[in-house]
Amino acid sequence: ENAFDDPQSYLQFLSKIYAGLSVTGQQGPSGQGDLIGFDEGNSQYMRTYFYLNEVTADAVKWRYDDAGLAELLVNEWTADNDVISVVYNRLIFQVTQANEFLRQTEQSVLDGRNVPADIQTDIAFYRAEARFLRALSYYHGLELFGGNIPFVTEEDLPGAFFPEQTNAVDLFNYIESELIEIADLLVPATQNDYGRADQAAAWTLLARLYLNAEVYIGENRYSDCINFCERIIAAGYTLEPNYNELFLADNNTAEGIIFPVTHDGVETQSFGYMFIMVNGTLDANINSSGDFGANTGGFAGLTCKENFVRLFEFPNDDPFQDSPDIRASFFFKDGHSLELTSPPTGSDFQEGFGYTKFRNLTSDGVPGQDNSYPDIDLPLFRLADVYLMYAEAFLRNGGGDEGTALGYVNAIRQRAYGDASGNVASLDLQFILDERGRELGWEGYRRTDLVRFGQYTGNTYLWDWKGGLENGTSIPAHFDIFPIPAGDLNANPNLDQNPDY
Amino acid sequence: GTVIDQTTGLPLPGASVVIKGTSTGTTTDFDGLYQITANTGDILQFSYVGFSVLELTVDGPTLDAALSEDTQMLDEIVVIGYGTTTKKDATGAVVGVTEEELNQGFIASPQDLLIGKAAGVNITTNGGAPGSGSQIRIRGGSSLDASNDPLIIIDGVPLDSPGLDEQRNSGSRNVFDFVNPNDISSFSILKDASATAIYGSRASNGVIIITTKKGKTGELKFSLNTSASVNTLSNTIGVFSASDYREIIADRFPNRVSDLGSADTNWQEQIFETALGTDTNFSVSGGIMGIPFRASVGYTQQDGILRTEALERTTASLNITPRLFDDKLKIELNARGAYTENNFAETGAIGSALEFDPTQPVFDPTLPAGLFDYYEENGSATTNTVTNPVAQLTLRDNQAIARRFVGNAKFDYNLHFFPDITATLNLGIDKSIGDGTDFQPPTISSQLLEGGRTRNFEQDEENKLMDIYFKYDKDLDKINSRLDFTAGYSYQNFYEDRMSVDLRGDGVGGPLVIKTILESNIQSFFGRFNYAFNDKYLLTLTYRRDGSSRFGGDNRWGNFPAAAFAWNISDENFLKDSETLSNLKLRLGWGITGQQDVLQGTDTQPFLPQFSPSQNGASGQLGGFVTTLRAQPFDANIKWEETTTYNIGLDYGLFNNRISGALELYYRETEDLLSTVNVAAGSNLTNRLPTNIGSLTNKGVEFFLDAAVFKNEDFSWNLGFNFAYNENEVDRLFQTGNEPGTGIPVSGTSLIGIGGDDGAQWHIVGQPTRSYFVFEQVYDENGVPLEGVVRDLNNDGQINDLDRRAYKQAAPLVTLGLNSRFNYKEWDFSFSARANYGNYNYNGIDLNRGNYRNLNIGQDLRNVATSVLRSNFEGTRDEITFSDYYVRDASFIRMDNMTLGYTVDKLWKENTRMRIFSTLQNVFVITDYDGLDPEITNGIDNNIYPRPFTVQVGLSLDF
Repeated sequence: ENAFDDPQSYLQFLSKIYAGLSVTGQQGPSGQGDLIGFDEGNSQYMRTYFYLNEVTADAVKWRYDDAGLAELLVNEWTADNDVISVVYNRLIFQVTQANEFLRQTEQSVLDGRNVPADIQTDIAFYRAEARFLRALSYYHGLELFGGNIPFVTEEDLPGAFFPEQTNAVDLFNYIESELIEIADLLVPATQNDYGRADQAAAWTLLARLYLNAEVYIGENRYSDCINFCERIIAAGYTLEPNYNELFLADNNTAEGIIFPVTHDGVETQSFGYMFIMVNGTLDANINSSGDFGANTGGFAGLTCKENFVRLFEFPNDDPFQDSPDIRASFFFKDGHSLELTSPPTGSDFQEGFGYTKFRNLTSDGVPGQDNSYPDIDLPLFRLADVYLMYAEAFLRNGGGDEGTALGYVNAIRQRAYGDASGNVASLDLQFILDERGRELGWEGYRRTDLVRFGQYTGNTYLWDWKGGLENGTSIPAHFDIFPIPAGDLNANPNLDQNPDY
Repeated sequence: GTVIDQTTGLPLPGASVVIKGTSTGTTTDFDGLYQITANTGDILQFSYVGFSVLELTVDGPTLDAALSEDTQMLDEIVVIGYGTTTKKDATGAVVGVTEEELNQGFIASPQDLLIGKAAGVNITTNGGAPGSGSQIRIRGGSSLDASNDPLIIIDGVPLDSPGLDEQRNSGSRNVFDFVNPNDISSFSILKDASATAIYGSRASNGVIIITTKKGKTGELKFSLNTSASVNTLSNTIGVFSASDYREIIADRFPNRVSDLGSADTNWQEQIFETALGTDTNFSVSGGIMGIPFRASVGYTQQDGILRTEALERTTASLNITPRLFDDKLKIELNARGAYTENNFAETGAIGSALEFDPTQPVFDPTLPAGLFDYYEENGSATTNTVTNPVAQLTLRDNQAIARRFVGNAKFDYNLHFFPDITATLNLGIDKSIGDGTDFQPPTISSQLLEGGRTRNFEQDEENKLMDIYFKYDKDLDKINSRLDFTAGYSYQNFYEDRMSVDLRGDGVGGPLVIKTILESNIQSFFGRFNYAFNDKYLLTLTYRRDGSSRFGGDNRWGNFPAAAFAWNISDENFLKDSETLSNLKLRLGWGITGQQDVLQGTDTQPFLPQFSPSQNGASGQLGGFVTTLRAQPFDANIKWEETTTYNIGLDYGLFNNRISGALELYYRETEDLLSTVNVAAGSNLTNRLPTNIGSLTNKGVEFFLDAAVFKNEDFSWNLGFNFAYNENEVDRLFQTGNEPGTGIPVSGTSLIGIGGDDGAQWHIVGQPTRSYFVFEQVYDENGVPLEGVVRDLNNDGQINDLDRRAYKQAAPLVTLGLNSRFNYKEWDFSFSARANYGNYNYNGIDLNRGNYRNLNIGQDLRNVATSVLRSNFEGTRDEITFSDYYVRDASFIRMDNMTLGYTVDKLWKENTRMRIFSTLQNVFVITDYDGLDPEITNGIDNNIYPRPFTVQVGLSLDF
């Protein structure tokens, strides 16, 4: 009880649910981990989420054979995979912390503790934010596990019981109703403190939910998607003029970021997504080519699959030449090959282009506060994604306006090319998919996008080492979602495995 | 005169007769007759094996002596919980180990005195650092994740059993190194529940009671012991020499030849050294104004064989045992303090010494520390490399001071008005203060980037005890019965406050302060009822009710009953006159005990919801940075582990107890075991939670024998032998399922970059705890392992975790001890040897260092173990890491110590004595195991601190 004597404690508890996306425990960069039984450094929510959405797709190669990663790279994972288990447990950890937060902030509890009225006003916003973060994690459960995950709310007290398994339809409906309800309870768009969710964050998640509704529940909800995209855009966001400043140490000042997962070199340290984005893409060779705000070395882990590189425009289709697209300027090619000829793990770092999109430098070129742990915030939701969602939903007959859609896409293209030379005159769905690949590369969207376009499983689209072969091969359709981790299947008799696993 | 057996009246041939205080003596002839020249008033001492010594004063030309059988062995007092009993009356499995039987040699830790001395008590030191702690297991362990340590009680004060974290902070290496081994009078080991249940919820892993030496009234006796020892490295790991290494690099990595150095360094020789130690103790005992006392001081100084390792300890103790009111009130005051300074060497240097390139020099005057290390041209330290082990040792300064005081005041009051009742009050305190500083300067290359690192820590611990109990004793001669009844109340409070402050040299992140306060309390009611009929049939009933602050609600209080029955068969008429069988007693025992230290001292209120604040670097950003508060997982229903023990014992004595011992059979089943398992996701606040769901069984046989093989005036030979077999099996681990073969990995048993929680050892249903969970290695026709080739055990065409199976165990199945002591005139020679059988180690040194990949894995070249020549392994992967190739038989026979002594009696007057002695410790080990040492706590062989070979010479003087 005395944990809540200090009125500040409610904000601190909420802070944990936010921090659950970026740190791995109660000590930075590692220590007192939230999850037990995993390598803590490898257990950050966004890092493992990135593995599932990028490493398993056509974009990223990760050289080290950390637990479970080799299987992800060649799309041969099983229910025993550690990375899958981490993501699953991370998202449920977020849900249970949010549930506890909601229990600790029930009106009767607050009254019992004589919490002052002004604090109670703040707590009402906190509660909406906790529900948003819970909906976000449940959304990830829908996206990654087909929604067939254990479902608990603040009604379920901590113990040793067996939660019931929900399903895609029920979970979809729950997330939708939660988001619609809390969209009105959150602080208005752009009005909240930096790092905290506002109404636009809830709208963006709703837009994503609706864009993918056909995959999740077989329903066409594109018009709802358009509807929420319009609301977000109307809230007054503008596109950051300099693409690269979205991924720098001071990107907290960049335009167009709707909801970030914050990182700080001193206050919010982890071996998480931003840590590997900077350190993992560097080796001594790349590092010596310029300043990346990282210490010597780097650990030479992440390179590009060829398909990702070839999404971009190059003179003569030669990726070793300079692209007019600024988003292709991050490739590091010296001494690197384009193709991945040897099996992905354990092979040379020099196989595949390097990609230094995230750099621990401010827009003025000053290194971040710490040369290991970047200050870069992960732009989880940003305006360009909303523009592209609008365009895609329009193309999928969700309504909207063709000129508007084209305008949004060309705004992105113009930023990328620096002028109108990359602008397009018309849109088609494949172009949208490719543009999403270019614009949102390595930001954790790719697998979901490929699934929505029917290009993830099967053999309509192949990439290096897909299915374990150098030139790629078909993978079965049930790989569109991940298996329920074996550990939880053993622990909870109420769970059924996802189909065909 | 004639010497006869008092009972039978028969003459005793070969009995010894000596004039007291001289070396003049003789022996009786075949008819028991003797002749000796003595003066009137001389005292003659008559002795015969198996009989009590008799002293008679010469008052005439003939002096006959009637010796009585020495029944002392059966009257020997054995200390039990809240009282004492005799060997003859004991109903439980209790082993007393007296001072004479304890190990000799350079012993800095009390528990080492007991190694190999008692059946079913397995003590493994945590490596060769001076004064290092030990793992003690009595009859195997009864827990999985909770503590398996026995309860240790010194002069009636139960000690807190600290987890490893606590030990690290307390500044000491060892929970009870505050006790000077020279002050110990005896150990009493309670093994079965009928003996331990009186300690209730802390007794599942057995109880060790230590009694310290007390003074006796009379003239002052002084005793001085001093010794010096030389410790040397007894074994090293085979790695490549500089010249062999150059050849290998030239052969395998020709492009890296230019990175080789020109030196020839044996890094293991560089980090180990011959270490000296001294140990001096002085005690005085006797009576002052009729009050018996004993006081002692001790000083121990011991360097480790790993450079910079050192221990320096001063101890002092005082016991006063006055008796007041016609001996109605017995008071026992014990005070004991220790001041220990430790220098902890960086043990990581042992691993670095195996890895560091042997062609590189130790020194390089151009570098910051004057020692060679890898630096980049711009002056930054190379990352992903290994650090010069000499730099690790000599530059890091990790020192701590531990101060500890343990004292108690015990009052036994025999009621004036009701002499059958004795009331006892025992008040105790255990206070320790430890602090230390661990400084790593930036001249250690791995610390350069952060500008060095300093860690300060301190720990303050205070445990208080109050016992109050009454004993009612009554002989009911009319019905040939004796009974006694003990009942009491015990209160014990544990308080601990520890803090550490970590600070990077460059100040980044600010100081990281971790402060923990742990407090717990246990209150108990206990009782024991003993009933003896005809001295032949003995019944003991005990009961304890414990309340622990560690548990809530209905689980707060636990009940721990026990019952035992013993039958002195040899007192029955049909055996009474047996000349061979002098003692035969059957004991049957049953009881329930508990284990309350379920989270090993990390959380004293695991049943309550808790919120944990974040430390530095783990804030959330909500506008500004906000410290976080995490809702901690908790189990509102957490409770005691509960062990039910059945014991059958047979005590025997042959030939007037010249040979004695016992045979024990036991079966122990532990339920509600705390098992840290995956809880169903969503049901609690994290993915894994310790909760009471497991069960396991231990069953075993123990046998021991003590024999006075030979005994006469000049020569005697005593032999002790013990044997124990223990079989352990996990029955249940999970909330659901529990199919045989399913299990959970044991944390901390993963050795190589596997990440995750997989380990070489697992707890597996149907298997012993800490079974290895491994693949079956495939070998070629020459017996060489094929790299990465393992059997597809389930024949599904692929190799994955389903092809791993439980294989062997870490704990020994059989332990054996052999102790021998010869005395010939002034000479004595003793040895103590031990064997373990059925224990397997996972050779992590071979795994981690026995492959060619490691030659060139980081930024710099590294040495590897020569065991690679046998396997020729190129790299590592799961099939290799978890191959049974590394699980190796570590059965061994070890000669723990051998001592030769020479005693001079009557040095300058009566009752003065001098003994000079020399002891060899860790004399030899016979084993097939190919690692450094087959004896590894918990079986994972990695970076072990070698146990030194020790030669000690010493002198003791009693006057």
